Amino acid sequence: MHIPDGFINVPVSGAAVLVSASAIALALKKSRGSMEQEVAPMAGLTAVFIFAVQMLNFPVAAGTSGHLLGGALAAILVGPWVALLAMTVVISLQAFIFADGGLSAIGLNIFNMGVITVLIGWFTFKFILKFLPKKNSSVVAASAIAAFISVPISALGFVVEYAIGGSGIIDLDKVLGAMLSVHVLIGLGEAAISALTIGAVLATRSDLVYGASRLLPKKDLKIKPVDLR
Amino acid sequence: MSDKHEHGHQIGDHLYIHRHTYIHGLAPHVKIIGAFSFLLVAVLTPADQYLSFAGYLVLVLSIIFMAELSIKTVVRRMVVEVPFILFAVLMPFLGRAPYIEISGVTVSQAGLTAGIAILIKSSLGVLVSILLSSTTTVREILHGLAHLKVPALLINIATFMLRYSAVVTDELNRMKTARESRGFIASGPKDWKIVAQAAGALFIRSYERGERVHLAMLSRGFNGEMPRAQHATASTKDWLQVLLLPLSAFFVLLIGFYL
Repeated sequence: MHIPDGFINVPVSGAAVLVSASAIALALKKSRGSMEQEVAPMAGLTAVFIFAVQMLNFPVAAGTSGHLLGGALAAILVGPWVALLAMTVVISLQAFIFADGGLSAIGLNIFNMGVITVLIGWFTFKFILKFLPKKNSSVVAASAIAAFISVPISALGFVVEYAIGGSGIIDLDKVLGAMLSVHVLIGLGEAAISALTIGAVLATRSDLVYGASRLLPKKDLKIKPVDLR
Repeated sequence: MSDKHEHGHQIGDHLYIHRHTYIHGLAPHVKIIGAFSFLLVAVLTPADQYLSFAGYLVLVLSIIFMAELSIKTVVRRMVVEVPFILFAVLMPFLGRAPYIEISGVTVSQAGLTAGIAILIKSSLGVLVSILLSSTTTVREILHGLAHLKVPALLINIATFMLRYSAVVTDELNRMKTARESRGFIASGPKDWKIVAQAAGALFIRSYERGERVHLAMLSRGFNGEMPRAQHATASTKDWLQVLLLPLSAFFVLLIGFYL
């Protein structure tokens, strides 16, 4: 769902650059401090991970397939600020190198696919988690809901941009209907794969899931006697 | 700019086409600004200025010619545009009244104009982006962005991303080979769990590699700042020549208005 050049007018594209830039500035500020030196290698590897995961197609039906946006997943895995930086880098490189998404629409694309998916995903995740017992399965469930919500909201971002700065040729309700119905379906895939991914990471290295790190009780190392006979 | 022939395997390296032309030799930040300002003029052009669009196409084609790129390669790379084309093709059928009839098919006139304009503008955008990535290595693009005051942390993240992309995609491909050699064929949502387990394993492996990289860097005295290579510099002449592109585009736009 990369927006090409010429789809949304220049004022709205420019406004999106400003909004995205301020979100990125905030993320840069927040991710400094405690783990400043670690940010670059970790966010870099997260960016590679997102880039690779976006290549991992999941089959939907009848020969069609979708791929993850990965914003919500990244936010839960590495925290919203590092995730936002990683998404920004991925989306920018897609525009600069692969012509995927217009250069003049780069602010819009970062906003829809980076800022919205990461922040909506993260805050939904935190919100849902408040009402659930503190255990692994709650983290997985909250991830599913957060990932699901992030996709149609991201599409809604596009619809709003189209409403303000689009050509206005197609009726807004048609655009809204088409975008939401398609993205609810994609959201289901995003939710399933993100939740299952979080589950897989939790099962082996739960300490790597940022969204769960402050929540789950610290486990002591257990040494179990084994009968070797 | 670099005379050495690089054959790395980083993201996008295969897109760079090595030539020794004026376009290849320009400082990357100059090229980026040139591309952006040209696209800005193109995007600002009203939808029905076909003459101006034709002029822009001539400008882009002449640069493709100057950069000694083959039209065939460029056209082949335009494949990314296919989803946009589908959307643009649908616009005449979804658009509002008034409707006109073209050889028996009723289409919305405004939708037709807008669809064609989107097709033209997004094609120009894709062409410019292909031009940039075919004549500039990814590393140069990052240098250019750093020169244009993009925050160092973002540049560092992108540098790491490029450096480790091959490692992580190789990992992904090894997992794919392993899955398929066990007889796995993805056929529907029931296979999502397998795909997700691969993604989970990939994350852990990527993250652990990130930790090792970070420790290795710390042991070599990394203090949060990356050493920067010398930037390519641009003379006033370079700037003038590159800005000739958006300026001539603007000129074409004005001509389009008065004809």
